Amino acid sequence: MAVEILKENYTGKVITVEVGTGDKAVKVGGASALPFHTFEGDAGHRPLIAYEVLDALPEDPPDALQAELGAVWDDPVKWALYCQNDLKARAVALRLVSTDPDGQDASPESAAETVKKVLDAIDVPLIILGCFKEAKDGPVLKAAADAARGRNCLIGKAQEENYKTIAAAATSNGHKLIAFSNLDFNLAKQINILLSQADFDINNVLVDPTASALGYGLEYTYSVIERIRAAGLVQNDAMMQPPMFLDLAAVVWKIKEVKASEEDLPEWGDRSERSIHWEASTAISMLMAGAEILVMASPRAVQAVEQTLDQLMG
Amino acid sequence: MLLIGERINVITKAQREAMQNRDPKPIQEIAKAQVDAGANMLDINIGPAEDDGPEVMDWIVKTVQEVAQVPLCLDTTNLDAIRAGLKAHNNEWGRAMINSTSGETERLNSFMPVAAEFQCDIIGLCLTGSGLPADANERAAIAVDIMGKAMEVGLPVENIHLDPLVLMLNGNQDQALQCIQAVEMFQALNDPPMKTVVGLSNIANTAPAKMKGILTAVFYKMLVDAGLTGAIIDTLEKEFMEVVRTNDPTSIYPAEHVEKTMRVMRGEIMYAHSYLDI
Repeated sequence: MAVEILKENYTGKVITVEVGTGDKAVKVGGASALPFHTFEGDAGHRPLIAYEVLDALPEDPPDALQAELGAVWDDPVKWALYCQNDLKARAVALRLVSTDPDGQDASPESAAETVKKVLDAIDVPLIILGCFKEAKDGPVLKAAADAARGRNCLIGKAQEENYKTIAAAATSNGHKLIAFSNLDFNLAKQINILLSQADFDINNVLVDPTASALGYGLEYTYSVIERIRAAGLVQNDAMMQPPMFLDLAAVVWKIKEVKASEEDLPEWGDRSERSIHWEASTAISMLMAGAEILVMASPRAVQAVEQTLDQLMG
Repeated sequence: MLLIGERINVITKAQREAMQNRDPKPIQEIAKAQVDAGANMLDINIGPAEDDGPEVMDWIVKTVQEVAQVPLCLDTTNLDAIRAGLKAHNNEWGRAMINSTSGETERLNSFMPVAAEFQCDIIGLCLTGSGLPADANERAAIAVDIMGKAMEVGLPVENIHLDPLVLMLNGNQDQALQCIQAVEMFQALNDPPMKTVVGLSNIANTAPAKMKGILTAVFYKMLVDAGLTGAIIDTLEKEFMEVVRTNDPTSIYPAEHVEKTMRVMRGEIMYAHSYLDI
């Protein structure tokens, strides 16, 4: 007897958002079914993995990344070009860590200068991330958005305290916006409502529900992503239909499993291998949950995830 | 409907000072105001009152019942204070109530025998030490434990008011419907049906001030429709009392807002503070 596959009928659809310009512009979103449920509906556009590029290196960069990127990472332009030309990156995520008030505290103007140089060098879409300190990100991302005018970048992360400034800068310069909420889908919806009320077009939003590394709350992130996607697709909740953005690089490379040395924990095996696998496994989980854009650091981890996507997307 | 006024509370500064100084006036004023507004029982929350619980409870029960001819709901974790309150309580207008036991063994073993001794009423909060109940079934299972303990110590289950434990909507949206279903399930646990009570204001915790009214009113209406028999509420909230009187939130709020709020309570629309604005 033939088995009949039960199918869910979805009333909603994930919004399609395009970033970048020209031939290299990328669309994400568009799914009308749960992730990879191609038997139930349109799986939408292929998820986008953006390579992280830092404008300043941390004091103790991970050795796994040192081996893969050490030759280029002294200069964000060189690094971004390497991602685009050698690694065939579909997008680059420039993180303006130099602006951190607890670190170099670089000025918005200097950050904007870096954005300009990187954009002059590459033609793939650029994601512009601040240092994730609310007070500083406002002026920094405003300056960066001005500098990137017309390039249809994705900028963020806008939080409760600074979303008005960043949203206004995104609108006036033709960029998309990352709306951050801290593992709280009620707040994710609330921020989208507030953005709409401030006349920011919901079609230009990416929701960041907070990434967590495997072993560090991944299951919470997973549930929040699922809940948002279900609200968008099953309940047809217009405020919960933007695609989702997950900043993995910001969380994976800080955890003990990535930092602990082989001398201290020989049973955990080769640190570089372990780290790369950790980022790749975390990424695949996020894609399964419903993420549309990931920021990742390790080229080998990205390649592993892209291969998985090849198989899943058919 | 048992309407338990919640305004005599050690958390309020004026009330706390009145309790400390044994000043009857502020307490009697708010007691009388609540009864005038429709409360038919008053909650007396003296906090843990570790130093002088029995003295405070004895004094406040007598002070309140001088002006408010209603039974009282004695709200403290201090069992000696509860005993003192039950001794002082005038049962002319009805039995006193203990607020509360939970389903925790230790609590059941200490509070339930006191309720049996005085043959008073008691709130049975469906909560154990092992975390929040996940759904209506878990709440009902705890309710059965509470009822079992009552039978064991000789308290009629008719004296128990089962509380499903209302959680705040923001962050626990699925639990609103579970609470409503629990109220339905509780009634089926006995014939005549078990009495039920809720601490209503929890539903709107962390919601913006302007949202608290409609959230509380709509949730109340849904619980009443499910068979709720009692609620701890602020009877001095005029709009809410109008909803109680009419059992119809649309007597105060626009029908479309009420309908949307019901859908939020049922989990059909994801909650966000501004859900009514879109």
